[in-house]
Amino acid sequence: MKIKRCFGLIGFGFSALCAAVFLGGCSRIVLFDPKGPIGDAERFVIIAAFVLMLIVVIPVFVMVLWFSLKYRASNIKATYMPKWSYSGKIDLAMWLVPLAIIAVLGCLAWIETHDLDPFKPIKAGVRPISIEVVSLDWKWLFIYPDYDVATVNQLAFPTKVPLSFRITSDTVLTAFFIPQLGSQIYAMAGRQSRLHLMADESGIYAGHNQQFSGSGYADMHFEAIATPRQQFEAWVQKARQSPDQLDLVRYEEIKKPTSGYPVTYFSSVAPGLFDHIIREYLPMSVNSGAMGRDDSGSTHIKTVTLERR
Amino acid sequence: MFGKLSLSAIPFENPIIMGAVGGSILLAIVTLALITYYRKWTYLWREWLTSLDHKRIGIMYIILAMVMLLRGFSDAILMRSQQALAAGMSHGYLPPGHFDQIFSAHGTIMIVFMAMPFLIGLMNIVVPQQIGARDVAFPFLNSVSLWLTAAGALLVMISLGIGEFSKAGWSGYAPLVERQYSPGTGVDYWIWAFQIAGIGSLMTGINFLVTILRMRAPGMTLMRMPMFVWTTLFTNVLMIFAFPVLTVALALLTFDRYLGMHFFTNTLGGNIMMYVNLFWIWGHPEVYIVILPAFGVFSEVVATFSGKRLFGYRSLVFATAAIMVLSFSVWVHHFFTMGAGPDVNTFFSITTMLIAIPTGVKIFNWLFTMYRGRIRFTTPMYWTLGFLLTFTVGGMAGVLLSVPPADYVLHNSLFLIAHFHTMLIPGSVFGFFAGYCYWFPKALGFPLHENWGKRAFWCWLIGFYLAFAPLYVLGFMGMPRRMEHYVNQAWQPYLVIAAAGTAVILIGILFQMIQLAVSIKQRHATRDLTGDPWDGRTLEWATSSPPAVYNFAKMPVVHDIDAYMDMKEKGIAHEVPDRYRDIHMPKNTAMGLIIGALAGVFGFAMVWYIWWLAILGALVMLLTVIARVSDDDTDYIVPAAEVQQIENRRYRQLSDAMADRSAGGPVTPEPLAEI
Repeated sequence: MKIKRCFGLIGFGFSALCAAVFLGGCSRIVLFDPKGPIGDAERFVIIAAFVLMLIVVIPVFVMVLWFSLKYRASNIKATYMPKWSYSGKIDLAMWLVPLAIIAVLGCLAWIETHDLDPFKPIKAGVRPISIEVVSLDWKWLFIYPDYDVATVNQLAFPTKVPLSFRITSDTVLTAFFIPQLGSQIYAMAGRQSRLHLMADESGIYAGHNQQFSGSGYADMHFEAIATPRQQFEAWVQKARQSPDQLDLVRYEEIKKPTSGYPVTYFSSVAPGLFDHIIREYLPMSVNSGAMGRDDSGSTHIKTVTLERR
Repeated sequence: MFGKLSLSAIPFENPIIMGAVGGSILLAIVTLALITYYRKWTYLWREWLTSLDHKRIGIMYIILAMVMLLRGFSDAILMRSQQALAAGMSHGYLPPGHFDQIFSAHGTIMIVFMAMPFLIGLMNIVVPQQIGARDVAFPFLNSVSLWLTAAGALLVMISLGIGEFSKAGWSGYAPLVERQYSPGTGVDYWIWAFQIAGIGSLMTGINFLVTILRMRAPGMTLMRMPMFVWTTLFTNVLMIFAFPVLTVALALLTFDRYLGMHFFTNTLGGNIMMYVNLFWIWGHPEVYIVILPAFGVFSEVVATFSGKRLFGYRSLVFATAAIMVLSFSVWVHHFFTMGAGPDVNTFFSITTMLIAIPTGVKIFNWLFTMYRGRIRFTTPMYWTLGFLLTFTVGGMAGVLLSVPPADYVLHNSLFLIAHFHTMLIPGSVFGFFAGYCYWFPKALGFPLHENWGKRAFWCWLIGFYLAFAPLYVLGFMGMPRRMEHYVNQAWQPYLVIAAAGTAVILIGILFQMIQLAVSIKQRHATRDLTGDPWDGRTLEWATSSPPAVYNFAKMPVVHDIDAYMDMKEKGIAHEVPDRYRDIHMPKNTAMGLIIGALAGVFGFAMVWYIWWLAILGALVMLLTVIARVSDDDTDYIVPAAEVQQIENRRYRQLSDAMADRSAGGPVTPEPLAEI
């Protein structure tokens, strides 16, 4: 923890530097202004790796400038050893120093990759909220199975509650990403990706598709609204008032390629719609199930049950 | 009759495209008219287009690379200016479909038709001379490779005016490239241009591997090969192992698109991530294919201009070998965000980081080569120093991206774009420019103008930082790549700076054009009579500039890594041999050009579903190959008397140059060591 605090301090300095250099300040440099534990941890990883690498990078900079100045041809006072081409000590050092850094960095990568696996649920002592995400051409559909509501291009959730996403695509490969909350993950047709995020602070965060997906790609963004619990419940009530209902017919309509689709609420959702969307892509029969990785982290064929709900 | 092709395929309604097409055609017409005016067609045909001389093929490769650099760079200007404008409510001046074609073409051109031809061109000019050989192992195959690459490049250029280019990115991720999502001809152009050029590259790989392993001068053991030869050898191994994967991936995609199969589709058992895996199993080694030869150039340049042996030669060889092997074990880092388990991601993360170790070793090797040297700051050395400083930054960004949790937020952002441009521009392009300046006098007999070269360097370096430093920041600001327009106006100032950087690079390119023009104009005054303008260390400087068609009249005998420096020190660099022998050389042939042209016709016919033409093209190509292999009259003998004549002229030139030098005349830009 001490190391972490130390890095945190350096990170603070680094962030301050960013703020100074780039007049916009850190609030615009969203990856240095995370609003949840995942994004926070990822910022730490970035800063830690950056600082570790400076051990090699700074000497390289110094040596380039120093050597080219000192050993310039016009400086005939400098030592000139045209035949000197090896030193065991230098050779050893230039293999071992990077190796040592990579060893440390490798440990960091091992620990943090396991810690920040997008499939790994967040432990917060609160029951997580399930959200099903479907990427379409060129919009996002969010289904709240626990509340039986759905939205297009707007994602709302309470703060300090873990969000458990199931993500798929009903079109080409896309990536679901809310930069200030952390980790992105690919959305693939016929497959289910998992992602776990959490917001610590209220706010409206930009979310978007990070994987180019055709002509409407630039418009494929949404608002992620983090609010305290009551306001979220009010938001759900608002969605429930909506005259629109997401049945299969309506789904086929919103699935058609469009860009700039307006924010839409649905007061009810066809049961098992998410699994139905995945199943549409399965090669042979309903029973073969969707390819995916379950929460334990092993890859295997997962059977999607029709009667899950 | 013409498949899908009709007049409506030409985008008359788009002024930007028609302007580009008009410009390209005008340039082509002017070039052709000039050739006709100066009555150079026969010369061009006999001495260049049909040539099997590796030096000429190399020069043609580099001309191709430079022309395509201009095209790829124009795409960059369009993208940067579009993004500088298209903030908030503004959608800039390029509609999405057009913008998407531009970034797809930019990537494809810069990797396959700029970087590849450039490095293969340098390999062609330099490698046989550095190993003391008279040609490559398969001179005819070399010509076929060149013309296949040119055919691919031509297809990309044609796609500008007839039909469209791919809108799915240079990496062509499935299933966006499938017929369902990309019904137009763009992806087909991309497939065939890539495929035809890729086969050319594979053949180059085989050709140079055999050349290096089988045709070295007596005494040149593996561990006495110049560094550039080593890096070329490793690049060739990478080409041979990596390119077939690309060929197969593209072939399977072709089956999907043309025959309705389902290798990479969303439905019916297709696997989109299989395509992504296959693409990057080629794609990551490809990064090292384009960067290792540049590392070779830097090694030669640093040693020559520090007037010193290369530091830690063995270390450098093993480091490069390590990079070669490791480059096949890292491809998953291109898609950590796929959702593979943490064990898989960590494995590929650590293999990726491991590459940083040998790369770091190489940087230190170059630095300690400079240490206790006598550094002459020529243009190639400028490029090298610019590389050392900038590449380190890019490497740092790369190691950062290799840590999966960092990649989870930076993947596909402008940070990634900034990272790989920091690797490929200083890493490859600066290396190619260094090699271009360094070997120009060798290839053409006169040096490039130093001052214009340095001016161009400063523009490139400053422009590069202006163009890409803001992109690192934008990555942290959450801006994804490939945005045709964007809502977040906070991004715009940085994109304006980046666009300004592109303008500065443009000035650099203009300076390089001026440099070339000035150098050609002054060529009579600056002619390199010694063959060794830089006080070189390796064998290519032992020949005249430009070298005789057979390079070496008498096979050199190598005793040292710096073979030529060793000869100069022993005073045997320019010993006149007692007698000359007949030299056996390959005859020129038009077959390579014909095969390339037919490949182009075949590709074009396939793009437009003109089946009869495709079959005809393939058939005639096959017949040409059969005709070539049944031809026994493929070589000729340069008689000893003629060799003697050429060599006597060379020695006269050399002694004149020496006399001039001792009289204090400025013959060459750099002093020559005692001979």
